Amino acid sequence: MDQVVIIFLWTSIVLYVLFGGADFGAGIIEMFTSKRNRQRTRTTLYHAIGPIWEANHMWLIIAIVILFVGFPDIYSTMSVYLHIPLAIMLLGIIARGTAFIFRHYDAVKDKSHRLYNRVFVGSSFITPLFLGILAGSAVSGKIDPDADNFADAFIFGWLNFFSVSVGLFTVALCGFLAAIYLIAEADDDHDRLRFVRKARFMNGAAFFAGGIVFLAAAIDGVPLGAWVFKSTTGILAVVFATLALIATWFFISKRNIWMPRILAGAQVVLILLAVTFEHYPDFIILKEGTLSLERHQAPDPTMKSLAWALLTGSIFILPALYYLYYSFKGVTNNETAD
Amino acid sequence: MDDLLAARLQMALSLGFHIIYACIGMVMPFFMAVSHFLWIRRKEAVFKDLTKAWSKGVAIFFATGAVSGTVLSFELGLLWPEFMKHAGPIFGMPFSLEGTAFFIEAIALGFFLYGWDRFNPWFHWVTGVVVGISGLASGILVVSANAWMNSPAGFDYENGSYFNIDPIAAMFNDAWLYQALHMTLAAFVATGFAVAGVHALMMLKKKNLLFHRHAFLIAMIFGSVAAILQPISGDLSAKDVAERQPAKLAAMEALFKSETSAPLLIGGIPDEKNERVNYAIELPGMLSFLVHGNFYDEVKGLDTVPKEDHPPVLITHIAFQVMVGIGVLLMSLSLLFFLAFRWKTLLDKRWFLLLFAIATPMGFIAVEAGWTVTEVGRQPWIIWGIMRTADAVTPMPGIRYSFYIFTAVYVLLTIIVLFLLKRQIQAVPRLYASAEEKINP
Repeated sequence: MDQVVIIFLWTSIVLYVLFGGADFGAGIIEMFTSKRNRQRTRTTLYHAIGPIWEANHMWLIIAIVILFVGFPDIYSTMSVYLHIPLAIMLLGIIARGTAFIFRHYDAVKDKSHRLYNRVFVGSSFITPLFLGILAGSAVSGKIDPDADNFADAFIFGWLNFFSVSVGLFTVALCGFLAAIYLIAEADDDHDRLRFVRKARFMNGAAFFAGGIVFLAAAIDGVPLGAWVFKSTTGILAVVFATLALIATWFFISKRNIWMPRILAGAQVVLILLAVTFEHYPDFIILKEGTLSLERHQAPDPTMKSLAWALLTGSIFILPALYYLYYSFKGVTNNETAD
Repeated sequence: MDDLLAARLQMALSLGFHIIYACIGMVMPFFMAVSHFLWIRRKEAVFKDLTKAWSKGVAIFFATGAVSGTVLSFELGLLWPEFMKHAGPIFGMPFSLEGTAFFIEAIALGFFLYGWDRFNPWFHWVTGVVVGISGLASGILVVSANAWMNSPAGFDYENGSYFNIDPIAAMFNDAWLYQALHMTLAAFVATGFAVAGVHALMMLKKKNLLFHRHAFLIAMIFGSVAAILQPISGDLSAKDVAERQPAKLAAMEALFKSETSAPLLIGGIPDEKNERVNYAIELPGMLSFLVHGNFYDEVKGLDTVPKEDHPPVLITHIAFQVMVGIGVLLMSLSLLFFLAFRWKTLLDKRWFLLLFAIATPMGFIAVEAGWTVTEVGRQPWIIWGIMRTADAVTPMPGIRYSFYIFTAVYVLLTIIVLFLLKRQIQAVPRLYASAEEKINP
């Protein structure tokens, strides 16, 4: 049953990156939109994510619950040594969720919307940046539980070149996912072209940031290159991701709705696979030693009941979630948003 | 401010903030379901408008509650890593189930808020009910986890290690049922009175009378029934606490020394240094009666536990008095409300509406006070009798800065939410045609 729990953990992290990431990306796209078009972008964006963003957000909660119930050592180590980036990410989550809902549910449209918009856009950038920093720090080998001063223990574990570059890469990836997603939600050709340009820009940004990640890994001594390029799985994942990227642009030019979305999602999954496969089951790589999903589990009865709870839960959640997406896809009329 | 105090204050602040949003998010869907039902059945536009108006409030509260709940799931570790390391695998079961309930709530809410005129009306109605039921389930599960901290079960403990873990037994610990019952009723009382109070205020201003009268009646029916049941549940809880956590009950009642024919105190300010209570009204034998069912038996005081295990008496006692006082007040108002069914003109009386308008925040003050009783009364333990709060706190220094930042954020959010609600309420006549309808004499 341990495997069930680990699969659920992996799946909820991946789904959060895909769906939650696209939600964040929507805010990042808004940030990079000229003033003239911003209101149109906001409307498209609201119709696209209004009904589903709360559900998208739940994957994070599922992942964190799995961690603290099933892998308490991992959860408490992260909580202690990554306290600061976690707290900043949380503030980002609060700011983003509330600003999004406030700007829609404020019955009067006035100056206060400028505040909601700024907060929404700013936190849409900060939150994935810190999510990425957290992911980078987890594998960076910089976290040092034996450190004897504040900065080494609580700051440099996450504030380093590698982690920050992973953060920036994550931001670009979220923007890319959102732009690809929004292309097919556009109301007219003009908007469509805008989102295609955004996708191209974010694609470039992700390439650039990805390059920096490898550079930073080399400088900070993270064996990223070895994980990705010295394993068959890693190389295959990179090859398929590249093919998927080419195919994405091909299908965009053919105005296909679903293929670009699926392929863009597949690329993210493949990138995650390439990076994590080689050091699985190590979830956190510390300065000395690792925390592994196999060696640092909760006792058996806990893992069993957790697995059953997750399996039972998914019987309810998955069909309902599917029907939610199915019901609200491609809805662009104003009625639904009142 | 030392780190332990800062961590406790930050946790208290986050929970105190979240609890309001969680209560509203789990109770309002039931009010909406009634009004929505009346719209589908009777086709009177006022009920559709009322449902829609309420649903906007719920959307605001749900979103805020969801993010503040997410923050809590991280804060458990950020502030109490040592606690979570050991407790996570034991009391995690309700949280894993709560994840499902919360997820379903979010999905159903998506259907409900965006589903007007898109689905079969009854399917749409059911999604609203599902929001309420899964919200209620979430609330009960989280309270069950808290009950475990008061009444640890489902493991053996020796020399600092925890073994023979049974997550199911931990979930169904001795306290869960009483705590869940008390908290659920409290959510209905607090939300019912808060919503009814706002609408009473609008009726006092003679605005959109029909609209606000329907709203007032629906909210108060839920609120009053719960307020009348609450003392029974409170009595069950108190008896349970007396048995399992005598030190907590002693702190609630400021009973420094064990006594036969123990008196019940009304009010009073405990003086912890000299172990006595000033300015209290004593009802002789009543505490013995409430705990044991007769006026003579001994009630255990704080002298039965070592000094280092005493909870803070002043805060616990005052919070308890506030909770019980408001509970009695709201119960009386509920009885008054039932009179309005017999004498309908009461609903037009200014003094009647004024009473309910004044009571708007009372239920939530009682909820916060009750939460203070159960949390502060558990100190110095984070897991009753097993782990001290001081041993659970994070080793990271400087928690006070985190506390200041989160305080600022929560204060700001509260101000914005109140501001938005005010604007929503002011917009009622503009948005809904039916709001202008007059009451038929």
